[in-house]
Amino acid sequence: MSQITPEDVRKVAKLARLELQEEKITTYTSQLEKILAYVAHLEKVDTEGIPPTTRAVEVVNVMREDTAIGTDVREEIINQAPHREDSFYRVPKIL
Amino acid sequence: MSDSGVAWEAVIGLETHVQLGTESKIFSAASTAFGDEPNTHIDPVVCGLPGTLPVLNRKVLEYAVKAAMALNLNIAEHSKFDRKQYFYPDLPKNYQISQFDEPIAEDGWIEVEIAEKGKETYLKKIGIERLHMEEDAGKLVHAGSDRLSGATHSLVDYNRAGVALAEIVSKPDLRTGREASEYASEIRRIMRYLDVSDGNMQEGSLRCDVNISVRRGSEAPFGTKVEIKNMNSFSAIQKACEYEINRQIKAYESGESVIQETRLWDEGKQLTKSMRSKEGSSDYRYFPDPDLGPIEVNSDLREKWRSELPELPATKRHRYANDLGLSIYDARVLTDELPMAEYFEATIKLGADAKSSANWITGDIAAYVNANRLNFDQLLLSPKYLAEMLEMIQSGKISGKIAKEILSDLITKGGSPKRIVEERGLGMISDQKVLTSIVKDLIVQYPNEVDSYKAGKTKLLGFFIGQLMKKTGGKADPKLANQIITKCLLD
Repeated sequence: MSQITPEDVRKVAKLARLELQEEKITTYTSQLEKILAYVAHLEKVDTEGIPPTTRAVEVVNVMREDTAIGTDVREEIINQAPHREDSFYRVPKIL
Repeated sequence: MSDSGVAWEAVIGLETHVQLGTESKIFSAASTAFGDEPNTHIDPVVCGLPGTLPVLNRKVLEYAVKAAMALNLNIAEHSKFDRKQYFYPDLPKNYQISQFDEPIAEDGWIEVEIAEKGKETYLKKIGIERLHMEEDAGKLVHAGSDRLSGATHSLVDYNRAGVALAEIVSKPDLRTGREASEYASEIRRIMRYLDVSDGNMQEGSLRCDVNISVRRGSEAPFGTKVEIKNMNSFSAIQKACEYEINRQIKAYESGESVIQETRLWDEGKQLTKSMRSKEGSSDYRYFPDPDLGPIEVNSDLREKWRSELPELPATKRHRYANDLGLSIYDARVLTDELPMAEYFEATIKLGADAKSSANWITGDIAAYVNANRLNFDQLLLSPKYLAEMLEMIQSGKISGKIAKEILSDLITKGGSPKRIVEERGLGMISDQKVLTSIVKDLIVQYPNEVDSYKAGKTKLLGFFIGQLMKKTGGKADPKLANQIITKCLLD
């Protein structure tokens, strides 16, 4: 069984761009540990000879035709952003 | 040359992003049109709004599989899409839908022809690791300065976000800047032959990232790899590689190390410079995209698409050189763009000689097409009339000189060369009687020259030919003229 360390929590938080206060790290470490322990029950299932899958529903080749259709919600979408400049989204400079 | 006496060798691999020329985006119905007002072609799927479901564009799969077949890759029977997570404002969803461990195609190769001035042309087989489908990101405009470093904020345009890409990853088989640029241009040529992409580098439809390292000799382990971006022409790819190879060799030879980093090619300054790292971590946490089902390309579909592939540039080059007897150079020029190759093939199909067709097409006609930014399929001079003109030259009805004269009219106004020649009386004079009578007049007109000729100044033959051409407006059959003049002068 995997062991979650405070370092793991810091790394996951950093990758997800979450700012965590130090005391929360302890809380999340034990909570994540419990979640993994819960999911670990699945490891008891015998999967010998069963091919792995990435999904519960068996669908294959779901596709659409190549047709361009305009949308009338463009303004609404742009307006959801915290900042816009004319028809651009405006974001802090990122190097 | 290093102190160990072994020559340095560069190891280069290319990652090429090809925009597939579909009408709509890879997972949504938004348009892929280029150059419109910012954020015109966005929709809830492109922006990854809650409750939306991406659905694969059928044409993207077809184009990707055809491209993969043309690159001799093995098409996967089973393939899937994954999410690649990273935070950057050009990515509206904070993940890119791509393919990670089950790409649509793997393990192929292409043959490139490396031609360089003053060096012998050689063929080289370049391995291709994989081709996968993914969505493009948006575009950032750095405001407040024309340079990123002085920008105060960035503006984001998602028109390009979600446009279908095929990413083609080469094996590290390239050794010189020239090989790298030839490989990239062959990829572009193949994509254009297939008509799956316009390959326009200026508009970003074809983008190449180069991975490059140097080592001492071909047996040594690979050196530290540096990635170079921002080349927007084939010559920039070559020059960026050459610059970077030198930079790395110099670093090693002066005892410095080469660090693993991304560098940008600066076209104005002709050098590569270090780019600050995009993100501290390259932990993309790929996982299968739960919104998209797996892809299965069965053998029926594979065979259908394979049968629709055109003859590819390398095959054409070999056929032109081996079967039609053209020079390697002519074969290369004729096959560079499909419309020119098709024009050439239509001309010789009508019976025209391959070599002279090649000369006219790659010479005067191509010069006109290029100068006027036309395409060969837009030419008023049809293959039929070109073949007709070539036949007239071959059968001696007109001289090559007259052909060159009427060519500009044929190109700009169209029409039959036979008719033009008839209308303007430009046909070659091959009537022995007519020519003999003119020559006799000349002999009377220039008695001194005739005497000198008879006295041994045989060079004067050229003088008489010149006079005859002058009298006939250049239309005298040169072979016949030569015979008649020689004969008359000795009489």
